Amino acid sequence: MALLLVTSACSRKSAQLPALKATATGTAIVESSGGKQIGHIGMPLDQPIVVQVNDASGTAVAGAAVYISGPAGVSFTPASALTDSSGQVTSVVTLGQQNGRYKLVSNTRDSSGKNVQVVLEEIALGYQQTLGEQLNNKYCIRCHDSESTPERVSNMDNLSVKPHAFAEGDVLNKMSDADLVAIITHGGAALNKSPEMPPWGYTLSKSDIAALVSYIRAVADPPYQAGGLVYAQK
Amino acid sequence: MQKLKSIGQFFFGDSARAFGSCSIILLVLLAVAPAKDFFSQWRHYQKRYLHVIRGRADAVTLERHFQPGVQQIWIPEQQVTDRCTTCHLGLKEASLADVSAVAFRKHPVIPHTLTEFGCTTCHRGQGAATTLREAHNATEQWEQPLLPAKFIEAGCGQCHLEKQAATPFLNQGRELIANHGCTHCHTIKQGDGTYLTPTDDPPPLTHIADKTTREWIYAWIKDPQAYASTATMPNYHFSDDDARDVSAFVISQSTPLTPPIQPINTTAKAPADPAAGTTLYGQSFCASCHATQNAAGTLVGGTVGPELTGIGTKAKPEWLQDWVANPDHYDPKTMMPHYRFDANQVATLVGFLESKTEPDFVANVHLEPATAQQIEHGKRLVMENGCAACHEINGLKKPENFAPDLSRIGSKPLNQVLFVPGVEHTLPDYVGAKVRNPRVFGPLLKMPQFKLAPQEVDAVTTALLALTDRAQTEPPAMRISALQQTKYEPAGHAGQLMKDLRCFSCHSINGHGGDMAPDLTWEGTAVQRDWLVQFLKNPETLRPALIRRMPKFNLDDSDINTLTDYIMTVYQTPEFERDSLSVSDFTPAQIEQGRQLFYSKFACQSCHIADYSKDKGYIGPALAGTGARLNAAWVYHWLQNPQALRPGTVEPNQHMAEDEARSLTAFLMSLKSGGAKQAVKK
Repeated sequence: MALLLVTSACSRKSAQLPALKATATGTAIVESSGGKQIGHIGMPLDQPIVVQVNDASGTAVAGAAVYISGPAGVSFTPASALTDSSGQVTSVVTLGQQNGRYKLVSNTRDSSGKNVQVVLEEIALGYQQTLGEQLNNKYCIRCHDSESTPERVSNMDNLSVKPHAFAEGDVLNKMSDADLVAIITHGGAALNKSPEMPPWGYTLSKSDIAALVSYIRAVADPPYQAGGLVYAQK
Repeated sequence: MQKLKSIGQFFFGDSARAFGSCSIILLVLLAVAPAKDFFSQWRHYQKRYLHVIRGRADAVTLERHFQPGVQQIWIPEQQVTDRCTTCHLGLKEASLADVSAVAFRKHPVIPHTLTEFGCTTCHRGQGAATTLREAHNATEQWEQPLLPAKFIEAGCGQCHLEKQAATPFLNQGRELIANHGCTHCHTIKQGDGTYLTPTDDPPPLTHIADKTTREWIYAWIKDPQAYASTATMPNYHFSDDDARDVSAFVISQSTPLTPPIQPINTTAKAPADPAAGTTLYGQSFCASCHATQNAAGTLVGGTVGPELTGIGTKAKPEWLQDWVANPDHYDPKTMMPHYRFDANQVATLVGFLESKTEPDFVANVHLEPATAQQIEHGKRLVMENGCAACHEINGLKKPENFAPDLSRIGSKPLNQVLFVPGVEHTLPDYVGAKVRNPRVFGPLLKMPQFKLAPQEVDAVTTALLALTDRAQTEPPAMRISALQQTKYEPAGHAGQLMKDLRCFSCHSINGHGGDMAPDLTWEGTAVQRDWLVQFLKNPETLRPALIRRMPKFNLDDSDINTLTDYIMTVYQTPEFERDSLSVSDFTPAQIEQGRQLFYSKFACQSCHIADYSKDKGYIGPALAGTGARLNAAWVYHWLQNPQALRPGTVEPNQHMAEDEARSLTAFLMSLKSGGAKQAVKK
């Protein structure tokens, strides 16, 4: 009941999907671009999502009907469309009100009416993760990101021990929140890691460091699974 | 009819039947009130919540925290009466962070608690309501709908007038309001009594005929962004005739500068090398402030000054010559420094700038000489559109209160708002539509159209929605004011020089100035005099990876001495004596220990360069010449607490022990090789 009400309240504004008259059908739908973006709650993603419908030989199909849907609160402009001449549908995504990961599903039907779909995953940062993102941009990114921009030259190559990018879930997911907080607070040397990671505990506040950890968790790929609370058996 | 009569007979036939029937009706009516309560929406949520938590590992704890009945947070001084927690039962439960029912999820981490601030302070909505529709927003024309998540930072902005790292969109919105000059026309008084002030710099039009042609003005006011995509001047959607008349009036009001602009200096010789202009433009770091489009069509450069891609089409050569030689002559309020270029350098730069043209921009503009009638009509348009609110125009006063006061726009009652088709009946939608394109509300509206990306429109809307009644009336203790610029001005001849060089366009001293370059409040304690003299003569960059750099102003020796003396005497920290540490006291053992600390314990080389032959750290300034640049006492204190000397600096406070800081200082002060030049070049 509660869920229904909330869902209906959130999706009140989203238009009913109009039935599209497909002029063609494909056999597969694939992501062209727009997956794995980092956005903010309630805001449009920087880049639209683009999906492509292909036929059995892998050629793009124009005129196939694509329906895009996501969790409550996410809106798409458009939510359904026919593929254009290059076999693609482009949709601007506005994320919902909750931080976390959003699975966006694009559906199309093949000639036999069977549904085929592709799932794109997007990340929405909430308040705490946004603070972490801002701190990352000021303090961390120049060593922890190998990409350079005209405004920001990466320092990663200048370090003898290469730092982990924050999206490196394979490594960072294995570390507990307490580990991450300790490394950020006390620096690498205190934990028998590279001293090139300085201690930030005297520069950043505890809540700043918690925000950084929450940002690191939010952008982890593969996604971070929290251990959850462990209670003694009754 | 017969049947009805028999039913009436059955229930009310005699007095006993009538009494019995009435009693039953009364009983049913009496039951309505408790039944309404029993079937109320919030009870369903509470039942649902109990159902959700029942299966969980920590059900016992959660059930113990659960309190049945209507819950309320009451904070009279903030006018908060919030019953949201009646249904949103899991807001404080850490273990419910991942529960799929959104209504019961734990509130995301924020620095405030529910009991201190309630819910509606940030989220809006109707706190006292206990049904979903009334509490949230479901009905049209609702005065207090829930704030959409997109604009949630508007909630923060009611109390937080300062720039917070956690609210990037609010900050961006406020910056856009400042640098698009919204407050030239609109008044925005914040809750703490301060006014938002514009940071754009609309040029005066008092001598505009000296600077450009009427044709260019015509094309510019028709579509400013066609000339420069980064222009902040809005589009007034003038018709051809209106643009013709406005340009005629603006030119007619222009008077020649005194002393007048000189004709092109024909004796000055620009070097024969065609690349000389590009080189001088680069050496002078014009691109720190001005952008130009490169061959690929990308804009390269800063946004402090106007884009220069088509400057040759815009500016007359004589004006460029005058401006490059000393901008103060044409516009005493400009942020552009007075470079001490010699006549040949001026000719070189003017030649270079003149070659940057966009001939298409004015190609199709053919204007007949203006008639008196056209000028009169132009004057009316200029006054109606409030051009003088931003630009200084001879014969016109800056209009007062030209546009509506926006101090409480975030609480504007919807019954005062005229909606148009296509705009949803909510305040955020109204404000957003107005910012995006005001003319959709009527072609005769005066407000022009600003060129903003959709995301920028949302940011501006966020900043405007923060301007609520609550923001004006809340207890002052809740408010955190923004840092205001002080009125600091350095005194004397040095002060004149610093004003002339526009040091404060980039540097900040004693809370006054820009943030593009380091704060110089304590520069006199930090650096050595000889180094400062050399630096002002030829500003070598200390940071290899930085794009924006200190320009070379071509100062003469006496000016450099005046400036250096002033900086070394006045800009001293009171925290410690600059001569309290003597380099000659350092022992070779200390220096060696410092080297060890630098390379192993603190790994300073990850961000700094002490030796160009092996270190590569790009983040901090190069330290190879520290011994010739900085003061030992400054280095020593900096190492122990960098933020105490320059708040906000990225260098982490390493909480260094005193003897470590001393050894490290000894090592850094032993680095005297300026060798930067050769190393950077290769």
